[in-house]
Amino acid sequence: MSLEIILRSGLSTGTILLFAAIGEILTELAGIQNLGVEGMMLLGAMAAFKTALATGSPWLGLLAGIAAGGLLSLAHALVTIHFQADQVVSGLSLTFLGTGLALVLGEGLTGQNAPLISNATIPLLSKIPWLGRIFFADLNILVYIGYLLIPISWWYINKTRPGMHLRAVGEKPAAADSLGINVYGVRYLYTFVGGCLAGLAGAAISIAISPGWYSNLTTSGQGWIAVALVIFAQWNPLRAALGGYLFGMLRRFMLDLQGPMLLFGLRNPFFYNHNLVFFLQMMPFVLTIIALVWGSASARRLRIGAPAALGIPYVRGERG
Amino acid sequence: MSLPYHLRIQKRTEEVPRWLPLATSVGAIILAFLISALILLLIGGDPIRTFGYFFNAAFGSWGALSDVVVKATPLLLIGLGCGLAFRMRLWNIGAEGQFYIGAFFASLVPLVPLVDMETTPKFVILLMMALLGMLGGGLYGFIPGYLKAKFNVSEIISTLMLNYVAVFFNNYWIYSEFSDAGFQMTPVFAKSAWLPRLADYAQEVRAFSGITLHLGVVFGLIAAFIIWIIMSRSRWGYEINLIGDNPQAARYAGINITRNVILVFMLSGALAGLAGMSEVSGVVHRLQERISTNYGFSGVIVAWLAKLNPFATILVSFLFGALIVAGREIQPSGLYFFIQGTILFLVISSDVLLRYKIELVRTAPEEAK
Amino acid sequence: MRVIYQKELMTTTPQLRPLHEEQTNAVEMRDIVLRFPGVLANDHVNFTLRRGEIHALLGENGAGKSTLMNILAGLYKPETGTIRINGEHAVLNSPRDAISRGVGMVHQHFMLVPTHTVTENILLGLDDPGFVMRLPRYDQKVAELADKYGLKVQPTAKIWQLSVGEQQRVEILKTLYRGAQILILDEPTAVLAPQEIQELMETLRLMVREGKSIVFISHKLNEVKQVADRLTVLRKGKVTADGINLEDVNKETLAELMVGRKVIFQLSKKPHTPGEVVLDVQNVSALNNRGLPALKNISFRLRQGEILGIAGIAGNGQSELAEVITGLRPCQGRILVNCTDVANQPPKRAIDQGTAHIPEDRTGVGTAPGMALTGNMIMKTYDRAPISQKWRISYTAAREFASNLKEKYDIQAPSLSTQVNKLSGGNLQKVILAREISGGPKLIVAVQPTRGLDVGAIEGIQNLLLEQRDNDSAVLLISEELDELLDLSDRIAVIYEGELVGEFPAEEADLKTIGLMMTGELRRQE
Repeated sequence: MSLEIILRSGLSTGTILLFAAIGEILTELAGIQNLGVEGMMLLGAMAAFKTALATGSPWLGLLAGIAAGGLLSLAHALVTIHFQADQVVSGLSLTFLGTGLALVLGEGLTGQNAPLISNATIPLLSKIPWLGRIFFADLNILVYIGYLLIPISWWYINKTRPGMHLRAVGEKPAAADSLGINVYGVRYLYTFVGGCLAGLAGAAISIAISPGWYSNLTTSGQGWIAVALVIFAQWNPLRAALGGYLFGMLRRFMLDLQGPMLLFGLRNPFFYNHNLVFFLQMMPFVLTIIALVWGSASARRLRIGAPAALGIPYVRGERG
Repeated sequence: MSLPYHLRIQKRTEEVPRWLPLATSVGAIILAFLISALILLLIGGDPIRTFGYFFNAAFGSWGALSDVVVKATPLLLIGLGCGLAFRMRLWNIGAEGQFYIGAFFASLVPLVPLVDMETTPKFVILLMMALLGMLGGGLYGFIPGYLKAKFNVSEIISTLMLNYVAVFFNNYWIYSEFSDAGFQMTPVFAKSAWLPRLADYAQEVRAFSGITLHLGVVFGLIAAFIIWIIMSRSRWGYEINLIGDNPQAARYAGINITRNVILVFMLSGALAGLAGMSEVSGVVHRLQERISTNYGFSGVIVAWLAKLNPFATILVSFLFGALIVAGREIQPSGLYFFIQGTILFLVISSDVLLRYKIELVRTAPEEAK
Repeated sequence: MRVIYQKELMTTTPQLRPLHEEQTNAVEMRDIVLRFPGVLANDHVNFTLRRGEIHALLGENGAGKSTLMNILAGLYKPETGTIRINGEHAVLNSPRDAISRGVGMVHQHFMLVPTHTVTENILLGLDDPGFVMRLPRYDQKVAELADKYGLKVQPTAKIWQLSVGEQQRVEILKTLYRGAQILILDEPTAVLAPQEIQELMETLRLMVREGKSIVFISHKLNEVKQVADRLTVLRKGKVTADGINLEDVNKETLAELMVGRKVIFQLSKKPHTPGEVVLDVQNVSALNNRGLPALKNISFRLRQGEILGIAGIAGNGQSELAEVITGLRPCQGRILVNCTDVANQPPKRAIDQGTAHIPEDRTGVGTAPGMALTGNMIMKTYDRAPISQKWRISYTAAREFASNLKEKYDIQAPSLSTQVNKLSGGNLQKVILAREISGGPKLIVAVQPTRGLDVGAIEGIQNLLLEQRDNDSAVLLISEELDELLDLSDRIAVIYEGELVGEFPAEEADLKTIGLMMTGELRRQE
């Protein structure tokens, strides 16, 4: 077990969560909660894999994954924005829909080898002692894109005019509306952007970071963890990134724990009683709940809440 | 502006006609099947044959029909539990986990065994199993309820996470302590831990031969009746309805919200736990992996489609039971999820018709000019 | 004294104003019709705003004033009718169109984003700060504009940190920043203390001198008489007086135009001797929703058969005071209702001690909007016989109970199974009052009981409260309407930043002192 491997693995798998969580943050800041991340990710993963396989180009696959997630999210947008349906139920049905579509269209993809998005090393930065080797050498290109997405999304949300409009729409849509901001338009846009990023996260799994198509095990609940991460991150992309990477590292650590080594000078119980591994596999989910308890408590203490209009349909002339 | 007619969409001010919710639900289901047929066509399937096969697999014989009811039983119990929680706007998505824990608790009776399986009367064993199943599910429902009430932790996320935890927990036991000679399942329960099936009486009534229908369905029907009594006749039901409509008003009326959140979550979990017991004791007769074919999630849809009405839940779970039975037979396997998702989407979309009146009206002459 | 001062200003201002009769009007609205489900909100309404005038739009709540002005602000589209702004035909499809034609509106419920800064709120929806905003530069601009109009406010402050009065200034700045020439103010004085109203008026006059035109929406006769040059009266969506000069009418005529019948400004308040202490609040402190102190060491007593009025500007701790007494908010200190401490106890404790609560938020707290009339009526009695029978509820008894109340309090509803979100504001308030009073309460905590209701309903509710006092209930009346407090209360206490800063018997109270106390400029001498 080496720290270096855990860190690098965390950066890789964390990138998947990061894409999905930042997407969901953007959607939720506009006042729309989309619980269908898991479905959008799975559909994105399938679309990316299938397209890459068919065209031979992983980049076309990536685009297909993004488009698939985005298109699916539009169903949620239509139902929750125009039809004012309950966002929780709509998000759940989106999960079923995405999962179902991915399984139907992904029939027969298991076991195939699609062309993948490759790893890369950043020329100068990788020369930095130790840090360069960990952060900038031989990682998937998408990991570097993730690095860029973090500050850009933070800056976009907090420092730009469209970002200010986005926050206004999620916080007090009536105010935004009275100043001529198109509330429905903004909500559609960011639901779509969130869907695209979820699709990207799915594509990052199937054709980049842990490649392959394993039907619904491809995402194995990471979409839900991304949703939890948003609450833990208190709608801040920086915290979401940190949480995503930490989570990735933990996962790797859990995997390493199953090896035949000594643990603090003790025989590793997980190696000798292999069934205990089930308890290790539980840990990401247990940790998510613990993080959520901690996140909810600190949000309450600091009085940081969800965007005020989150989950509430906007109808002109009604309160809210 | 120059069209002679236009759509007018208006908020309903008068009460919704009684037939409309039913009509929209039925319409949504029919539409969902049409869309699925379209998808089947697009991927090169034959929708008519598939659905014909579908129908046959579900209703083609008494045996098939009995299979449908068997599959509908856990859906009914889970749907009732979810419906109860949804009344209070508690999103219990964790029925899947509560189902597994309930099944595990109930299985302890024959597996440990907690009582002598030979001498103890069968109904005592079954009663213990049912109670333990409910206890397990109830305790597992307590966790998200408590976290929600005390720390305001989103129950959607916590119940979902707990689903995964429950599956791994269950796996540990069936792979290790209770494993049947290293297989990923426990030994078959002693016969005294089996819920009675119609097939058991094949000697008395010839027609029952091979009919797998078991007593669990009676649990479901009784539960539906009890939930109906609670929701429409009891003080507790009034409190639940009030909290669901406006929690602020409920607090103002002196109702203890924390306690009710936890209690409702526990009851909801207990029903899912009972479903788990009914499944291991009535169908599988052992604890193993994949005792649930996504009952937990389907139960959510069942509850919503039934508009949280206990009696409607009976009908809808029957329909979904048919879907599962037929779904086993058809390819591709994801179609089942897809149909479920589409139905739910269409149902919530159609709700807009309950809140708005959409009519075609003649454009006013002043406006047309 | 205040009134005289204002009259003087009124007579001097017109001379400062350039009035050109031949000039085009700022706004002409003709034949405006707008229907909401179930109501004709504007029924062929005409409205003319001259350039450089303050025009009052008077009418009862629900008369269609705000609707008419929302049409002018581009929020609603009329079904028929034409709008001319500065003589030009205007089609207003969105607020953007209205803003570009120089129309700005300050809504009654402020349209501000609480988590944004003042400057961000002012810039919202504009194209000028480029894609990348450099906020400090705009903070400077906002500060300059604020200075020019005497609208003191900190540009970098977040909205939630501001008082209601400051928030209103931000709203006005928002319209000024957009270069509004036509300013609509919807009930602007409702949230202000008398002195603040004075400051607002000065700002408005400054704006009028610059040639801007102002529409001033109000339902208060006195205020309109003081402020406006001309006025239009609406009643049930129809114009009953179209741009008449204020000198031409007296208060009684106005009231009649507004309400449609003669209005007798009289309540039947008889002398009454207070009895035992019912409510004893001792050194109570509490935090508001943001975790800031809302109540600071408050103590007072309230007796049987007495109405204690709490005066204050919105957001000075009134809501929190009502909530700690009814058990809805944790606090420090002791609150004795009938000698039982209800502080930090579940709401049930206060209810069992005979506390009735008429909450500020009728749909958010006082009722379950999606429930039927019966369900709402039994909210406080569902767990008592005869409605409650062991574990079950007798809906027969419940319906009988609800039906009696519906009749007794004359609640207009199609049936007992009507959802209460289909009721009008006045009927909804009657539902709450009927329910709360039916229990024969010892203590009534009434928060803004008449806000947003029409004259008939206000009269009815005020009389009900007086009746309860005469039946020896203790009434804590929290209101922002000074007139209402003066009319109903036996004693008046003033709350400012969570402290009680003064208390008088009602007959000794004068508006000026109360006003100074409401803004914290005066405290009780001790």
